[in-house]
Amino acid sequence: MSDVSVRGRIDRDGPIQVVAEVVARRRSGPYVTLVLAAPALAARCRPGQFLEIAVEAPGTLLRRPLSIARAADSADGGVGTVEIVVGPDGVGSAWLAEVHTGERLDVVGPLGRAFPLPQRTASCLLVGGGYGAAPLHYLTEVLVPLGHRVDLIVGASTEDTLLHSLEAKRIAHSLRTTTDDGSAGQRGRVTDVMAEAVERGGTDVIYACGPNAMLAAVSVVGARLGIEVRVALEERMACGLGICFTCVIPVRDRSGEVQMRRSCIDGPVMDGARVEWRRMGLDAAVDAAEGMQLAGAGVVNDPGGVDGSDGGVR
Amino acid sequence: MTLRAGDVDLTTDIGGLVLDNPIATASGCFASGREMDRFVDVSGVGAVVVKSLTRAPRKGLPTPRMVETPSGMLNAIGLQNPGVDAWLRDDLPWLADHGATTVVSIAGDTVDDFAHVARRLRGAQGIEAIEVNLSCPNVEHRGLVFALDATASAEVIRAVALVADVPVLAKLSADASDVVAVARAVVEAGADGLTLINTVLGMAIDPVTGVAELANTYGGLSGPAIRPVAVRVVHQVHAALPDVPIVGCGGVRTVEDVVQFLRAGARAVAVGTGGFVDPFATETLRDGLAAWLAEHGHASVQDIIGAVTLRRPS
Repeated sequence: MSDVSVRGRIDRDGPIQVVAEVVARRRSGPYVTLVLAAPALAARCRPGQFLEIAVEAPGTLLRRPLSIARAADSADGGVGTVEIVVGPDGVGSAWLAEVHTGERLDVVGPLGRAFPLPQRTASCLLVGGGYGAAPLHYLTEVLVPLGHRVDLIVGASTEDTLLHSLEAKRIAHSLRTTTDDGSAGQRGRVTDVMAEAVERGGTDVIYACGPNAMLAAVSVVGARLGIEVRVALEERMACGLGICFTCVIPVRDRSGEVQMRRSCIDGPVMDGARVEWRRMGLDAAVDAAEGMQLAGAGVVNDPGGVDGSDGGVR
Repeated sequence: MTLRAGDVDLTTDIGGLVLDNPIATASGCFASGREMDRFVDVSGVGAVVVKSLTRAPRKGLPTPRMVETPSGMLNAIGLQNPGVDAWLRDDLPWLADHGATTVVSIAGDTVDDFAHVARRLRGAQGIEAIEVNLSCPNVEHRGLVFALDATASAEVIRAVALVADVPVLAKLSADASDVVAVARAVVEAGADGLTLINTVLGMAIDPVTGVAELANTYGGLSGPAIRPVAVRVVHQVHAALPDVPIVGCGGVRTVEDVVQFLRAGARAVAVGTGGFVDPFATETLRDGLAAWLAEHGHASVQDIIGAVTLRRPS
């Protein structure tokens, strides 16, 4: 398999533009996973980065930013594919969800800063919400072969919106699931099971992606537990290239001053402790996370082992 | 003998600013240039018009700063920029080293602000022209946007032209009730050329929640949605002031769009939102224009500037 066409500074590590064929399409619940044949792109991708994909829905103009849900580099014995998970919201997503095997997509990427990997062998807690959990499955597949421990927490509003990855389940040390309505896993939020997961896993670092309110809550809980949190943020984005300044996030710099940082080029992965969540209008999420009882949170079951069952906290 | 694209003369002149080709970037749509070096060679861009600089650094407005609208987008960024001094120190040397033809867009709250920034640019190596962003609220005149008023616009241009040592372009707004009158006034005040047009003021409301889409309520509309407005303004001003050089701007996506602006009377064309969608837009349009001109038997881009046939002579 190969990219249909490649444009850009292929001699550098940075982003390129490819036209890629969709070689597989899977629907699970409200989500559609598209697998693109794009070896030149796959070789550059890292977990946490995103793609800007052109859509042809009537009246639309802008590309759509999508997290990279998986990249199989042909150099590592893969076939050179890149996967995205398309959610159910918006006209661009609706158009993408109807793209079928054999059709082609115009893709720019990879864009943005990836999750920084631990420098020493570490215990990592990965927390994801909704289809925002997609990059965490990719991150799991990168971390585990490097010898890191991975505990996963995946949350969603209901069972059918929980994003499953059999491969991530298989290789992660444990998987905890939560749903707002209790239709799968523990009823509640991902933060409800964090303290227990951290204690049991001896967590050194937390990686999170999903809705910003969830990232705010995870960052607050992580800070209370004294653990570094890296979050992949979402903000409305026109270009994804660093030029339009629409996708800014208020971030406190080392001198204590708040700067508006572009999530497309200075992120999307940022240090959760530096993000000014309240300035993003997320007071409710921050207040709730600050007020949570952390000690002895939840009834503890044996976390699921390598069988990857939904074991753990139910 | 048929013409080849490589033989077509693309050089053009904007009031003493000589460009290798007529494809410029619109201010605020190419950031400082460095971001786009990942995709294109900035020395191949007709002119890099940098994001507007102000006297002091500006953090800009809160988010949401952007919403997509039919064939366009609204933005309200609030002139986020590092300030003229930091830009001179950190960004200009990079542009100069990389062979960019740099045009500096300047903005301010008062006439004195504009003059201050223009003075700071005096004598700096590697600046080819100044573009004055007149779509700023005049804090000394009830916040009325300079570009809407011929007298206020002329005052700014007079102050800038007095201290500038490079050609001065005035960027005007189609929101003015008589844009030709504003054009006349700024040319009399010393503008060497005009950039037509800035974004068009607009608003979008979420119909379900009733909430204004932008944090700033109003924002600038760009993209193909405004192209006919921009072509009309270029034509009107060119008809009234045929000797005044014009940079056309507004919704340029294709080579045919570039040709329309040139035929309306523009001597160069700036691409803005189009570059968000196609990071290679400056190259695509430059090479595409050469091919288009060759195909249509024109040895020089000058052949088509102002070449429009009216069905009913005005």
